Amino acid sequence: MSTYDKSMALTGQPPKALNMGQKLATLLGMSGLGILALTLFNIDFPNKGLWLTIALSAIFIGVFWYSQAAYASKLKGIKNDGVWFKSVSSRGLWGWMSGIALTGFYIVLYFYPQYLGLVKDGENIGVIALFDPLSKMLSGNPASQWFVYGTLYTVAILAFGIKFIWKYRHNRYEKIRTVSVMFFQTAFAFLIPEIMARLNGKIPYYDLKNMWPLNYYNFERYRINGFIDSGDIGMAMLIFGILSIFVISPILTFKYGKRWYCSWVCGCGGLAETAGDSFRHLSDKSKMAWKVERWVVHSVVVFVTLMTTAVIYSYLGNDTSKYWLTKSVFLGGVALVLTAVFVWVMLFKREQLQKDAKYGAIGYFVIIMALIGLHFFSGDGNIFLFKSETLRKTYGFLIGSIFSGVIGTGFYPIFGNRVWCRFGCPMAAILGFQQRLFSRFRITTNGGQCISCGNCSTYCEMGIDVRAYAQKGENIVRSSCVGCGICSAVCPRGVLKLENGPQKGRINPTEVLLGNEVDLMDLVNQK
Amino acid sequence: MEHIVIIGNGISGVTAARHIRKNSDKKIIIVSTETDYFFSRTALMYVYMGHMKFEHIQPYENWFWKKNRIHLVKGYVERVEHTSKNLVLKNGENIAYDKLIIATGSKPNKFGWPGQDLKGVQGLYSKQDLDALEVSAPNKDVCKRAVIVGGGLIGIELAEMLRTRDIPVTFLVRETSFWNGVLPKGESQMLNEHIAEHHIDLRLETNLVEILADENGHARAVTTDKGNTIECNMVGLTAGVSPNIDFLKDSGIELGRGVKVNRYLETNIPDIYAIGDCAEQHEAIGNRRPIEAVWYTGRMMGETVAQTICGNKIQYSPGHWFNSAKFLDIEYQTYGWVFSERGMKENEQHFHWRHSQEKICITIAFHKETGLFLGINTFGIRMRHEIFDRWLTEGRNVDYVMEHLADANFDPEFYSNYEQEITSKFNSDFGKSIASKKKSLKRIFAIG
Ligand SMILES: Cc1cc2nc3c(=O)[nH]c(=O)nc-3n(C[C@H](O)[C@H](O)[C@H](O)COP(=O)(O)OP(=O)(O)OC[C@H]3O[C@@H](n4cnc5c(N)ncnc54)[C@H](O)[C@@H]3O)c2cc1C
Ligand code: SF4
Ligand code: SF4
Repeated sequence: MSTYDKSMALTGQPPKALNMGQKLATLLGMSGLGILALTLFNIDFPNKGLWLTIALSAIFIGVFWYSQAAYASKLKGIKNDGVWFKSVSSRGLWGWMSGIALTGFYIVLYFYPQYLGLVKDGENIGVIALFDPLSKMLSGNPASQWFVYGTLYTVAILAFGIKFIWKYRHNRYEKIRTVSVMFFQTAFAFLIPEIMARLNGKIPYYDLKNMWPLNYYNFERYRINGFIDSGDIGMAMLIFGILSIFVISPILTFKYGKRWYCSWVCGCGGLAETAGDSFRHLSDKSKMAWKVERWVVHSVVVFVTLMTTAVIYSYLGNDTSKYWLTKSVFLGGVALVLTAVFVWVMLFKREQLQKDAKYGAIGYFVIIMALIGLHFFSGDGNIFLFKSETLRKTYGFLIGSIFSGVIGTGFYPIFGNRVWCRFGCPMAAILGFQQRLFSRFRITTNGGQCISCGNCSTYCEMGIDVRAYAQKGENIVRSSCVGCGICSAVCPRGVLKLENGPQKGRINPTEVLLGNEVDLMDLVNQK
Repeated sequence: MEHIVIIGNGISGVTAARHIRKNSDKKIIIVSTETDYFFSRTALMYVYMGHMKFEHIQPYENWFWKKNRIHLVKGYVERVEHTSKNLVLKNGENIAYDKLIIATGSKPNKFGWPGQDLKGVQGLYSKQDLDALEVSAPNKDVCKRAVIVGGGLIGIELAEMLRTRDIPVTFLVRETSFWNGVLPKGESQMLNEHIAEHHIDLRLETNLVEILADENGHARAVTTDKGNTIECNMVGLTAGVSPNIDFLKDSGIELGRGVKVNRYLETNIPDIYAIGDCAEQHEAIGNRRPIEAVWYTGRMMGETVAQTICGNKIQYSPGHWFNSAKFLDIEYQTYGWVFSERGMKENEQHFHWRHSQEKICITIAFHKETGLFLGINTFGIRMRHEIFDRWLTEGRNVDYVMEHLADANFDPEFYSNYEQEITSKFNSDFGKSIASKKKSLKRIFAIG
């Protein structure tokens, strides 16, 4: 229908064009990455500490400078000009290239760390060797591919966090939230585990904010042994791990919604919100995508529950006299907890779930049958026909590596920045379940003020069609909402507010919107 | 089965269709000429600015219409033959109806300026206008300067759009201060400043005289009543809109500036209704205008007419007035009535507060003698619609509003609050001693 070609019309022009500062900054950042890349070709830098500092500083300052050039001279406000014109943020050539590069990086990281320079019994080479000085300084150990990844991850969250804060500097919710994810990443995910390793070599690497089931390996045998072997502090950590999923997280989610975790604390969320911010609008908003999301993410929950149960089951004993927690007690306990939750939901929250109740029932049924099967058909170390180890490995490979890393982050520029959080994260699904049924959090729609413009839906990284609710005057109470607050920020009419309030009236289906005479509204809405 | 035909797939027509579907099984057809699917006119600007693609401003996915059995016909209605209950389309097709809803919206005003039909001269209303803009102002090399004529909401949106592509903009405004026919002077003044901050060349009290053509019949400059000639490659005419009803001229349907309707949105012809921008009330409702060309009223008329058509005959009687807009970076909301100095009612008094640095201000209107709260304008602060609707219904006075202002705040969490500051200015202006109360969830959500 159109007679023009937008990409031609805008070639090299604002808002698409980068200004001089942005170009130089990009160059600087790229040169930092370039240094890292050079080491891959076995170019041996003489003074590793110095070169590492140079490389990381170049990346950090590059991003910082870029943000300054992009936002500092502009007035406060929404900065989405040209988002859909820029190649990198609209699935253009640059978008695809960065997607492929990132995906490639993840594949090497997870499956071919030797190409990064990991040497099993000997001195590291390549890029990993470059990170040795930093690693030794923190934990006393040489670097691993995970240390390299963790460092780059943290640098990315810090640098792009600053960019994000600059971009949303008119919005205090966004600023505070971003400082929070930057803090949790740096302290909890990066520094504390390294320092703990230095203080007590037996403690398994433990990012305290990373709870099961996101941290699906937390209750594996070697870790449990590690915790137990490292004395009180280890035990405390183990207990904290159990409490965080069964007590702390339900309370916080009740009070604030799952955002307390997903967009304030979590590292995956942290990267998505900062480095991934430029891609948030690429998430699929169609109803079809929502359907796929619910099936996939809940299957992951079922999978991780079974897998963890099986793994723990496999190393428990049968003899009550040795230790009270035996295989049968454990299975019975799991079944009991699940049944309690299931019965409670079906009794009290059924109408809120509507169609999803059926899927919940299916999920529950699958797990219970599997547990029964486990009890009768499994020998030592065997789950049905598989080894529990096989189940664990499959999960680790499919979900832990492929989904969360390769697809989840590698495909930022193609599917948006929260693919993992939306389709794959079992933690998000569990928190979301609580958020939907048992929380004070909602996004309030401001009466009849919505003009159906679509900014909210477009910029929702979770692919929620926010507008579909807002234009009907309904509040948004969705299990997948991570509470990033961007829908509220980009709304040009002040329609959306994230808030915690009484559960009564939280879900408010309306037919006729506020603005009509009171009688008509009552007449139509109450019937 | 009764056959409902709606002309126009804008917010009013589509809302009517959706609600008729909800409440009945009638056959529904929407005939419209502009686009295949409903889109949000209010969001056209964001497509040019690159915030969204055109598909994003369509509120429903394309399967929605079929699933809800709302039949879409793309075509231009040339004639309405009410005696035979028939529509004639431009392509010769005929569509019979049992009930007809006219929801044809508006078109940009042109006041007979010399040169108003030149190439590169356009309004901003339709999808076609957006496409035209991409041709005449795709970037700052093709369009070295744009001139916008008419300082209203669409004019400033157009200015904002062009500025995202760094195109220099001259903005001709008839009034002495931006939009001061509607806004009180403090607010209008703040917007003047904000417009300047965005490097828009705002020329107040300046009228367009003529648009000059180059040898290709393309606009090359405008002249103003101040005697200036301004070189430009694009001229945006944004001096208001008027109902798009020319095709109804000899139809027998009573027309004024718009399609004349009574409170039931019925025209003079049985079974023909008119809603949205194109409808004109015989008598204005309260302080409203007879023609209300805003999104919300179009939607409300759609909701109402659907009830009537589905057998629950109801008058169009909108509740308290509200509206909102965004001026570049500043959000604006209004609840109830706050008039400009020009339109102020006899007993209306204003209280105005403006932040010392930020572009934030509010104006509250109240009755001089009784103190009855009449309305509020806010800039840079979001307010809760439901609360003001409640206060207006309850007939609260201004002291109560000042005391409970925190309850009405709708800004995102952690934003700075200004209630204290606002109240203390109010106290010193009017010699009162009101203490502003802390926000209470109990009051806001009306529990207990
Ligand atoms: C740029 C812009 C920004 C705006 N921003 C706001 C805002 O922020 N807030 C607000 O409240 N309002 C805003 N408005 C006004 C608001 O968009 C209109 O009030 C509203 O869209 C009117 O809806 P409608 O359904 O009455 O008509 P329309 O949306 O105009 O729909 C009518 C449709 O009917 C079609 N049609 C007309 N004649 C025929 C015919 N003979 N045959 C077939 N089809 C026909 C037209 O092509 C059109 O598609 C804005 C308007 C514009 C242009
Ligand atoms: S609905 Fe809003 S707050 Fe929730 S995830 Fe989407 S954009 Fe973020
Ligand atoms: S951004 Fe605001 S106005 Fe636009 S569709 Fe969403 S809620 Fe409505």
